[in-house]
Amino acid sequence: MAAATGPVRWHRNLSAKIAAIPMITTALVVFIGGTAWTVLYSFTSSKLLPREKFVGLAQYERLWSSSKWLISIENLAIYGVFSLVFSLLIGFMLAALLDQKIRFEDTFRTILLYPFALSFIVTGLAWQWILNPDFGIQHVVRSLGWESFSFDPLYDPDIVIYGILIAGLWQGTGLIMCLMLAGLRGIDEDIWKAAKIDGIPMWKTYIFIVIPMMRGIFITAIVLIASGIIKVYDLVVAQTGGGPGIASEVPAKYVYDAMFLSQNLGQGFAASTMMLLTVIIIVVPWAYLEFGGKRRG
Amino acid sequence: MGNVTKTAAEIQLAPARQEMTGPRGPKPGRTLSRRNIMIYGTLIVVSLYYLLPLYVMVVTSLKGMPEIRLGNIFSPPVEITFQPWVKAWAEACTGLNCDGLSRGFFNSVRILIPSVVLSIAIASVNGYALANWRFKGSETFFTILIVGAFIPYQVMIYPIVIMLREVGLYGSLTGLVIVHTIFGMPILTLLFRNYFASVPQELFKAARVDGAGFWGIYFQIMVPMSLPIFVVAMILQVTGIWNDFLFGVIYTKPDLYPMTVQLNNIVNSTQGVKEYNVNMAATILTGLVPLTIYFISGKLFVRGIAAGAVKG
Amino acid sequence: MKALRVVFAATTALCATTAALATDLEVTHWWTSGGEAAAVAEFAKAFDATGNKWVDGAIAGSGGTARPIMISRITGGDPMGATQFNHGRQAEELVEAGLMRDLTDIAEEGNWKEIVFPPSLLDSCTLDGKIYCVPVNIHSPQWLWLNNAAFEDNGLAVPTNWDEFVAAAPKLQEAGIVPLAIGQQPWQTTLAFQTLLTALAGPETYTKVFGDKDADLAAGPELAKVFEAAAIARELSKDSNVQAWNDATNLVITGKAGGQIMGDWAQGEFQVANQVAGTDYTCLPGLGVNEVIQTGGDAFYFPKVDDEATTKAQGELAKVMMSPETQVAFNLKKGSLPVRGDVDLSAANDCMRKGLDILAKGNIIPGTDQLMSADSNQQVNDLFVEFFNNPEMSAEDAQKQFASIISSAD
Repeated sequence: MAAATGPVRWHRNLSAKIAAIPMITTALVVFIGGTAWTVLYSFTSSKLLPREKFVGLAQYERLWSSSKWLISIENLAIYGVFSLVFSLLIGFMLAALLDQKIRFEDTFRTILLYPFALSFIVTGLAWQWILNPDFGIQHVVRSLGWESFSFDPLYDPDIVIYGILIAGLWQGTGLIMCLMLAGLRGIDEDIWKAAKIDGIPMWKTYIFIVIPMMRGIFITAIVLIASGIIKVYDLVVAQTGGGPGIASEVPAKYVYDAMFLSQNLGQGFAASTMMLLTVIIIVVPWAYLEFGGKRRG
Repeated sequence: MGNVTKTAAEIQLAPARQEMTGPRGPKPGRTLSRRNIMIYGTLIVVSLYYLLPLYVMVVTSLKGMPEIRLGNIFSPPVEITFQPWVKAWAEACTGLNCDGLSRGFFNSVRILIPSVVLSIAIASVNGYALANWRFKGSETFFTILIVGAFIPYQVMIYPIVIMLREVGLYGSLTGLVIVHTIFGMPILTLLFRNYFASVPQELFKAARVDGAGFWGIYFQIMVPMSLPIFVVAMILQVTGIWNDFLFGVIYTKPDLYPMTVQLNNIVNSTQGVKEYNVNMAATILTGLVPLTIYFISGKLFVRGIAAGAVKG
Repeated sequence: MKALRVVFAATTALCATTAALATDLEVTHWWTSGGEAAAVAEFAKAFDATGNKWVDGAIAGSGGTARPIMISRITGGDPMGATQFNHGRQAEELVEAGLMRDLTDIAEEGNWKEIVFPPSLLDSCTLDGKIYCVPVNIHSPQWLWLNNAAFEDNGLAVPTNWDEFVAAAPKLQEAGIVPLAIGQQPWQTTLAFQTLLTALAGPETYTKVFGDKDADLAAGPELAKVFEAAAIARELSKDSNVQAWNDATNLVITGKAGGQIMGDWAQGEFQVANQVAGTDYTCLPGLGVNEVIQTGGDAFYFPKVDDEATTKAQGELAKVMMSPETQVAFNLKKGSLPVRGDVDLSAANDCMRKGLDILAKGNIIPGTDQLMSADSNQQVNDLFVEFFNNPEMSAEDAQKQFASIISSAD
């Protein structure tokens, strides 16, 4: 659409600009403005209320010397990588299975999607129950006679983040599966026929032909999953409260705790500035290439 | 849209093709082959994993407290009781108000409807402008918006309190609706942008030749063609807004508190005996609205995504 | 919304006899459990009796959930009529920013300075000589709760102090009982440590460490003893897989655990389970070593509002909360101690009575909320939750970190 014609251009852009006012306002005032505000106050010693008492980088020094913050980042990295990989992988595989002209497709799809309707708080509670060693899976397996069976991810600091991952995937993969399924349905049937005639094995067709064609779907899916990962908070609070100890802390929780439990806004803002910085470093170049760099038409 | 030229037939076909009717998998399998056993076997196992928590919640909500204390969380109730459901809906106390979830239900509806309508209206126009009417800087704003999708909500709480206070909307329903619109905007705009970008340019150009303007094309061509993606957006928003607790409680006041406030109070009470059965019943009850919408629009959902989010 | 208001107002007008004077006052708090709600109901009842109307704004989940809501509402310029805070320094800045109402006139009229006991409660409400909040109760965290049967069934005498408890622990473990139940929430581990500190090193050390922020003392041999005891407590509690404090209490009630270090609010759980103090369970204030009570508790603050009727109603509520009748009714339901020494609590049970005695003797220490900022408290919480959950963290390491937190605490 970049190739616009002369005389109508000004008029046309005016309408679009007027229509985009809410978006521009949101982008500039809320996102940029709010971010700038946050960054500014991360250099202050604000406690309960935002105050302009500047303390330089003191909040950042404290942040990076806090073992809770370091653990939070490590957890986010583990959770993030596994969540992204497994959401895409499981989502795609389930979609591929459902796409095999099977019966009861609607039923299966609904079953896989329904957890998305439940909030993270609820998801966390339900899984906390199931994973509780005293009356959940471990208890049941043991009462069946396997006495030494041990499965208590939420109480083992080394693997607790995977316990949270189980619940997170349960809640979120359904939506990704639907996106993928939709993508598969958009693939022309002729492509399958052609691949078959050429004797290309099915898995190769998926990996080398189908997936590259689903680029748009993958982008939408990745944005959805990644933004969810950064913000993971409720799930942890409901499932473990950050425990055992501080083994399942995540950055969003660090921010929230600093702001509202410690009443140390400056610390919370410093932590969120670091999160934002990371996001900007990763997302902006990608977004520029994806949305800004190329022109269609 | 890489291929520039399309035949008239293809243009005609395109919208129809987007409303997919059936599976397009590689090959049909009719018999009870090994492959079929594998497919169904995997799906059934996976389904069991997905159903397990729901099963636990339902079973627990139908048990009495003594049975839960004894209990195996997976065993079906010995004596079925609907008392927890009644209690969750109508009797559970939030401080002094003992009328359960029913108290916030209509508030949730009052918040939900305008928030969903406004956020979708704005995001769809955004997506349309971004896909079809680009102007200088539009992609920059969009990039900012996408980055905004990654900002943890908690960080924005105070800035937004200040902004709402300055425009005099703090504590009002309008303020909350605007907040929901703002936070729904990034993902929804992305969805709509991708959808509208997949609409054949020829249709758009033809309408331009006929003299239709920005709004004319939007209402006469884009909206009627886009029902599926509107359904997708609606499902995303209904789920998000219905389950929201933090915004509802921070930006409004008690006479507007959504149902999730009661749910939080029932589930999150830090003291006293935890009534797991009531917790579970309350949980399921709260989830019923989005669940119902899924069941009703499940087919449209997939069709909508199929049509909308395919091309980037 | 407006229409609903009108309907609501009309209903109130029809129902209330003193309709002309009635003012709606929205009160936010985080008391949502059964016993807590019953206690709040006493406030509401007494307040409604003045011809006003208590509008309840309960948010469950204490600090983390309720506080941002309260602070947002106050700074957003649309405050509630009154709000709960743990008294101490949580609301300090709101007061400094001039957002809270000065209650000095009401306090003087009611002679609060004389009647509030211990006086430190009112001191925590005071800034620059002005009073900004109403203390409503005293909750003391320093208690050890024991299941009598767990000890007696295993041929042990019920311990009367911490050392006996530690000595009895191996036998409990042999019998498959977790000696000490500790929930996973950070504040519970800090509470256990503070209690050990007060009991084993004495109340003066406690005040010097948390009040004067004496980092040398915090790093010294006296505290080393306490950290070793904490390491023992960690060892004794390693099998208690519970999150919430009441789940831990439940382990004690059901005999799965021998004891729990928890505040006097644990009593409510024993009562609900029909346990009798003295026969079914034993409570040891100050771990049976140093019988002291920490005078933490809850207080109500009143944000400044423009509306005259609301301001008047706020004053009424403040008076009602401090009145002897309300104090008794409220605290009996809440299981906490009243803030005035001149009321009759004949209905109190054994453990509450122990608490009242200690209070009367004046063996009191201020709560850490009153001594340190929320930020420092949270740092201490983070340290202890890590310590209690990570057996590899040595007592020395923990003490070193603790001393460094204290040295920078405010």
